[in-house]
Amino acid sequence: MGTERTVAVGIGAEELATADMTLNIGPQHPSTHGVLRLRLTLDGERISRAEPIIGYMHRGAEKLFEVRDYRQIIVLANRHDWLSAFSSELGVVVAVERMLGMEIPERAVWARTLLAELNRVLNHLMFLGSYPLEIGAITPVFYAFRERETLQRVMEEASGGRMHYMFNRVGGLKEDLPAGWLDRARAAVREVRSRMSDIEWIIRGNEIFRARTRGVGVLSPEAVLQYGVSGPVARAAGVDFDLRRDEPYLAYGELFGPGRPGRVVRRTEGDCYARFECLLDQVYVSLDLADACLDRLADLPPGPINVRLPKVLKAPEGHTYAWTENPLGINGYFLVSRGEKTPYRMKLRSASYNNIQVLSELLPGNLVADMIAILGSMFFVVGDIDK
Amino acid sequence: MGRVGGTHTSGGVPGIGLAKGLAVTLRTMTRRSVTGQYPDTSPELPPRSRGVIALLEENCTVCMLCARECPDWCIYIDSHKEAVPAPEGGRPRSRNVLDRFAIDFALCMYCSICIEVCPFDALFWSPEFEYAEYDILDLTHERDRLREWMWTVPPPPAHDSRAERPKELSAAEGAEGRPGRGPRG
Amino acid sequence: MTTSLLAAPPATPLAAGEAPTLEAFGLDPWWLILAKAVLIFVFLMLMVLFEIWFERRFMARMQNRLGPNRVGPLGLLQPIADGLKLPLKEDLVPRGVDRPVFILAPALATMPAFLAFAIIPFGPTVSVFGHQTPLQLADLPVAVLFVLAMSSLGVYGIVLGGWASASPYSLLGGLRSSAQVISYEIGMGLSFVAVFLFAGSLSTSEIVASQERIWYAVVLFPSFVIYAITMVGEVNRIPFDLPEGEGELVGGFHTEYSSLKFGMFMLAEYVNMTTVSALAVTLFLGGWRAPWPISLVDGANAGWWPVLWFMIKLLLTISFFIWLRATLPRVRYDQLMKLGWKVLIPGALAWIMVVATIRVLRNEGISTQQVFFAVAIVLGIYIVASYLWDAVRGNRRDAEEQEATAAERAGAGDSTGGDPMAGGYPVPPLDAPHYHGRNSTSKEVNRA
Repeated sequence: MGTERTVAVGIGAEELATADMTLNIGPQHPSTHGVLRLRLTLDGERISRAEPIIGYMHRGAEKLFEVRDYRQIIVLANRHDWLSAFSSELGVVVAVERMLGMEIPERAVWARTLLAELNRVLNHLMFLGSYPLEIGAITPVFYAFRERETLQRVMEEASGGRMHYMFNRVGGLKEDLPAGWLDRARAAVREVRSRMSDIEWIIRGNEIFRARTRGVGVLSPEAVLQYGVSGPVARAAGVDFDLRRDEPYLAYGELFGPGRPGRVVRRTEGDCYARFECLLDQVYVSLDLADACLDRLADLPPGPINVRLPKVLKAPEGHTYAWTENPLGINGYFLVSRGEKTPYRMKLRSASYNNIQVLSELLPGNLVADMIAILGSMFFVVGDIDK
Repeated sequence: MGRVGGTHTSGGVPGIGLAKGLAVTLRTMTRRSVTGQYPDTSPELPPRSRGVIALLEENCTVCMLCARECPDWCIYIDSHKEAVPAPEGGRPRSRNVLDRFAIDFALCMYCSICIEVCPFDALFWSPEFEYAEYDILDLTHERDRLREWMWTVPPPPAHDSRAERPKELSAAEGAEGRPGRGPRG
Repeated sequence: MTTSLLAAPPATPLAAGEAPTLEAFGLDPWWLILAKAVLIFVFLMLMVLFEIWFERRFMARMQNRLGPNRVGPLGLLQPIADGLKLPLKEDLVPRGVDRPVFILAPALATMPAFLAFAIIPFGPTVSVFGHQTPLQLADLPVAVLFVLAMSSLGVYGIVLGGWASASPYSLLGGLRSSAQVISYEIGMGLSFVAVFLFAGSLSTSEIVASQERIWYAVVLFPSFVIYAITMVGEVNRIPFDLPEGEGELVGGFHTEYSSLKFGMFMLAEYVNMTTVSALAVTLFLGGWRAPWPISLVDGANAGWWPVLWFMIKLLLTISFFIWLRATLPRVRYDQLMKLGWKVLIPGALAWIMVVATIRVLRNEGISTQQVFFAVAIVLGIYIVASYLWDAVRGNRRDAEEQEATAAERAGAGDSTGGDPMAGGYPVPPLDAPHYHGRNSTSKEVNRA
């Protein structure tokens, strides 16, 4: 393992006071969910230095984008962050549509918003289950997965996929929603909302959980801004920034605002507990948004859900930057086109990549056991880090 | 600012949070489990579910669109040209004959682009998923196997009532008045 | 040879042929002793198999699942299948380990776990092939201390295993384990003291005998609570499973173990769980005595019936372990220590003092009722006071929270140093300390 490991046992062994032990957390470690590696320098059980080492899962997504047409890019885009596939697809198509100056049918806008919010709930549920699991509570993950299953079922019915939906197309959605799907989606949302109390009761008020997470891994708003941390992690630190409200895309402009279902969940503590709570509360917000979208979809006049595209889709020469509030934070797509059917360059700014940078600042001074609590509360997907 | 308060309790009595957690697990124990016992009960998959790709050979014109559009080139097509005897008074024409059509499901990313681009409705999704193999080479399904999957392709679900009428339908009705899409298994 | 440690002799006169006293031991013929020893071993092995199945099924139900249900009826044979599989796996001994210790450690963890069970009474005196013998392998004047000693010895297995593995994870697991056991043995030992004071004996059979009228779990409730907490800590189970801590230490002391050696650690854990549960039953839950409404029935405490009551109680205690595991997260190492040293040990000491006072007062002729009345008043005052305290503190906290929310509403984004949306795009504040080479968080690092 480590190169400078000095094993010093025995209370009072004089090495124990000074010996630094290098502990590699990962790349294969249960709490790094994926292949993130952290090189920790330990003084006893306290971390004196932490360095995230990334790249074990690099798949060259950006380079591959350059040799794929815009439909094929969607396939890749929904895979780097496998927990927010729909939202990532969205970023790509929004960028291309912006380049083309394309007007999207209203039904497509609302259906996309709805699916994006359901995807957000799915993503958050995953972390609401896995985070307690890392801290040692094994049951919430099963409850979270029961809810995920409920939602995945409707997602699969519409898109055909359970994780990699591949349902977005430039100009709208792949095909229209199946008949009766809106009612089933509404029922699923209702079901999930009614059972969220299980997850909440088992973990939110739990004294042990609070003791493990309160005041642990406090992230300051300054650090958030310097490292470009975004999403629920940033909002838990008090940074009031949510693209859905601040630079609305899709139908979010109509959903956020006074008297509307959209709210920006925020905490000021910046600790692990605040991050967890942000996530939990965002689930409720997203469920409300999903309901609003369902209402709206039921009221909209009949119409198409996509735009007829030319046989060969070419984005005009130029560049654009589209960013979306993905479940884990801001995902940005910088698209440079030279008027060909593939982009000249497509730079991907992924939320997890920025969010884990701050670990080297957050971890030192904490116990190894806290490292787990902090790592889990940063809510990252390794594929999204390594791209 | 979320739902602060309300659901969020842990005031005075220490241990109330633990007790609530214990109550949740105990209550769950009295409920039916949600486990589906897979080999005994098969999952109910929606018709759009992307399980395996079926090939309706008869419709294939070997236009190679699917193989070209596939993002990871997992479709293999071989063909040769065959001269069709000229109908009386016409010129002799040639026709593409399919020799091999195979999809390597070890490579396939299940993106459904091939199905989307197929201009003659020769490819379909089937929700069938039980084709795991011990040898990765066996995951390459040749045309016979792909044709067999056709029998498991469900009819596409009806669209939402507010959806635009599918252009294929209007076109087909306009042309002959026979239902267009609908190879059925 | 009844030890009258304190003034109180066993409260109940011993019915001949029913509750055995210490004198009843050591009279068995050799074959009976051997048979009992083998039976206990077999019983424990079966219990381990059963517990694994029971735990998985029970927990699965709490998690909306079914649990193993394929191997054998209701999946009952699953643990046997697993148990057979484990020794058949490759036995890895990593390079660099301290071989003898590495191999010895699992055995060292397992043996004491089995030994401790010798003093657990399963029932009263029964007749086996004409011999009147208590359903207990052995009893000592210091039987309970024997259990404590054995559980301390068992920890050597874990510590040495962690040390010999030459892996940082295992080492940390082993270190945690030793610290944990030291802290929790003390609390556990102290929780027994009140029982000893009441029973006037350290022998398990006599402690059971003295619970004829009422269980110690009721009379000595605080002791019972302390024991219930420490017993979880003692056997390294959630929420106190820090030596393993799969999230952080990837299994802790048994990270490097595989095959049969790993199996023996698991065996030790489950046997230990059985032992501490059996001890809880013996010391606090009336041992093999029938629970209240049944105990009114004639003969419920005679013959072989008590084994049934004992088993039921044992299973309920084990279910408690599983229930905890299904619900609670793991506490942190320092929180565990804090709980042990700052709450359990002082609490146990204070409680012992109370119990001792009551005993003395009773010996001086003041009736128990009077004592209880006084204690109830004191407790009542304490509870009311603590509620008031919490209420006052809670109000203050609420007020603070409201203030915080108000502040939040008033100035969104103020804390971030300027409007992040200035100019239409979010811009990081350019005067952040980061840009001047000052790093606000480096101080925290140094402090730590």
